[in-house]
Amino acid sequence: MTHSEIDAQAGPVQVRGTVLTVRRIDAYHAMTLVAPAVAARFKPGQFVTLAVGGPDTSMLLSRAFSIHDVRPDHGGTVEFVFASRGPGTRWLAERRARDVLDVTGPLGKAFPLPRDPVNCLLIGGGYGSAPLFSLAGKLKERRCEVDFLLGAGSGDRVFGALTARRTGRTALITTEDGSLGTRGMVTDLLDQAIHDGRTDVIYACGPMPMLRQITALARRYDIPVQAAVEEAMACGVGVCMTCVLPVIGSDGITRMSRACVDGPVFRGESVRWDDVGTIPFDAFGAPGWEPRSRRAAALQNGQARGADLAGAGGSAVGDGHPDRAAHPDRGGAASGGVTRRNAHGS
Amino acid sequence: MAVDLRTRLAHVELPNPIMTASGCAGAGRELAQFMDVSKIGAIVTKSVMLSPRSGRPTPRMAETASGMLNSIGLQGPGIDAFLRRDLPWLLSRGARAVVSIAGGTVAEYADLAGRLSDAAGVTAIEVNISCPNVEHRGQVFACNPDSSAAVIEAVRGRARYDIPVFAKLSPDVTDIVAVAKACVSAGADGLSMINTLLGMVIDTDTMRPRLAGLTGGLSGPAIRPVAVRCVWQVHEALPGVPIIGMGGVRTGLDALELILAGASMVGVGTTIFHDPSACARILRELEEELTDRGVERLTDVVGLAHQPHAATGRTLSPGTRVSPAVRVDASTRVRRS
Repeated sequence: MTHSEIDAQAGPVQVRGTVLTVRRIDAYHAMTLVAPAVAARFKPGQFVTLAVGGPDTSMLLSRAFSIHDVRPDHGGTVEFVFASRGPGTRWLAERRARDVLDVTGPLGKAFPLPRDPVNCLLIGGGYGSAPLFSLAGKLKERRCEVDFLLGAGSGDRVFGALTARRTGRTALITTEDGSLGTRGMVTDLLDQAIHDGRTDVIYACGPMPMLRQITALARRYDIPVQAAVEEAMACGVGVCMTCVLPVIGSDGITRMSRACVDGPVFRGESVRWDDVGTIPFDAFGAPGWEPRSRRAAALQNGQARGADLAGAGGSAVGDGHPDRAAHPDRGGAASGGVTRRNAHGS
Repeated sequence: MAVDLRTRLAHVELPNPIMTASGCAGAGRELAQFMDVSKIGAIVTKSVMLSPRSGRPTPRMAETASGMLNSIGLQGPGIDAFLRRDLPWLLSRGARAVVSIAGGTVAEYADLAGRLSDAAGVTAIEVNISCPNVEHRGQVFACNPDSSAAVIEAVRGRARYDIPVFAKLSPDVTDIVAVAKACVSAGADGLSMINTLLGMVIDTDTMRPRLAGLTGGLSGPAIRPVAVRCVWQVHEALPGVPIIGMGGVRTGLDALELILAGASMVGVGTTIFHDPSACARILRELEEELTDRGVERLTDVVGLAHQPHAATGRTLSPGTRVSPAVRVDASTRVRRS
């Protein structure tokens, strides 16, 4: 088999998907599309993008939704969950059976699965829990134990509480208003869940602040976290470069990685959560950045010069990069990044 | 009978006029999952710079009515990685590579042109002059005929003689024809237009600009009339200069509109974001539209809108054939070697 054939089988496809159902589930909508080629390639954690608004649409950006489930009926269906919050998702919510949509997927990296049967804690915020149930199925096939910890602002926004209770070994629910389960955030119950379930690995999907806190807490217990991020995307296939976040690579270098193709699932500790929405000064290609080899060479030259000019003072390395000290972009970045919103809500 | 879609990128013949627009297709690899990259006229790469670049902070994108704003900030791996990884891949897939280059100084542009000339297989260079000139208070090159010409002259001087050099013009100027003429005088073999228009969106909930970079480039069908106007004006003034037209092309008809205005090639950009195989579809649609209109050769309709059909009582509608009498001389200028 040639490489291109392997690509063709494993990679995403762009197809016309026929709407089977659009259902209301509490505060959300669930849409099921007949899309056999997408369903056949699906792995838990991956997502689809949809063009919205029809052929003459004024909405040009793809809408990305993580896949909730795939089923074999009608040759293969794909279901995803969304909140109707803006013109694009409102349009989707108004679709009816037999409408045809342009759908691309499955996209992105899936949740990696453990080799051995271990205790898994699956954490979802809001409808971020949608991809966790198909993941739970795969984990159980590998004889893993699955505990759920789901949370949202209110009871009607906890997606899949019932399924979690039915299918998980345990299921903890938190709501900020106390209308379902324990009042509070998922992170309030994280210690308890880890202790009770003797958790070996955490899978999480939800808002960035939640993922950041989970990663920080899990580090204390030395538990690996696989986090599926929610970033605003325009294309979902890796060409637009809008969904980037700072991720530390296996070589120790931070890169502005694309959530759509390098993610959406990242190892929790590889993401620089506190720097999301900014370009860290040491990121690959940041202003003033230069390759390590060149930096090392500069350092050596500097030391050599320093030795020659003993006592002259000043750092040769620092002199070489006047713009490293203060870059006008950086202040703006920090303040601009605070108010990030998911564009797919609109 | 099939329409003859061949066109010329200066002296280089392309099988058809549909290309990706720079920045909307990476270096082609991602889109190859959804279409055959060798089937369209060319892949125009995301602008390549000398060094790796991390780009601007997020949020980098905002959807607008029939368009979008972006402020990516030219994130990319730099020319070394491009030559090592992306260009060989494009060539291995049989794609024609038009490499977009960007820099902060005239010297950087020239260095990039030199590096690309040393590599085999570059079909053309598109010079993205919509970059801040760090030697001139950050003023964008493309906004000034002289600085645009300085860049093009340097690139033309360093690029191998047989690689066409196209200047990508910004519509954010008072007189695009003046910039176009300056670029052609400086040696540009052709012109690409248009780049994005500078815009801004303010979030009424946070009461702050939506983009971290504050301003961004507006693209999509919202700007198509601007693109048609720019292509028209430049083709009117410089009828012999080949033009790659781009700006909000979503269908084959949109492409035809730019061709009628004077473009002999058409770039497809923002539409790719919600239809990754858009280029292949638009090529198919363009061929159908030309067939419907009885057009035998694409070059027959390049700039045809400049011909006063109305005055002679002729209209060109589906079923009407283009007679040789109204054929426009779309032969492109052959460069001095």
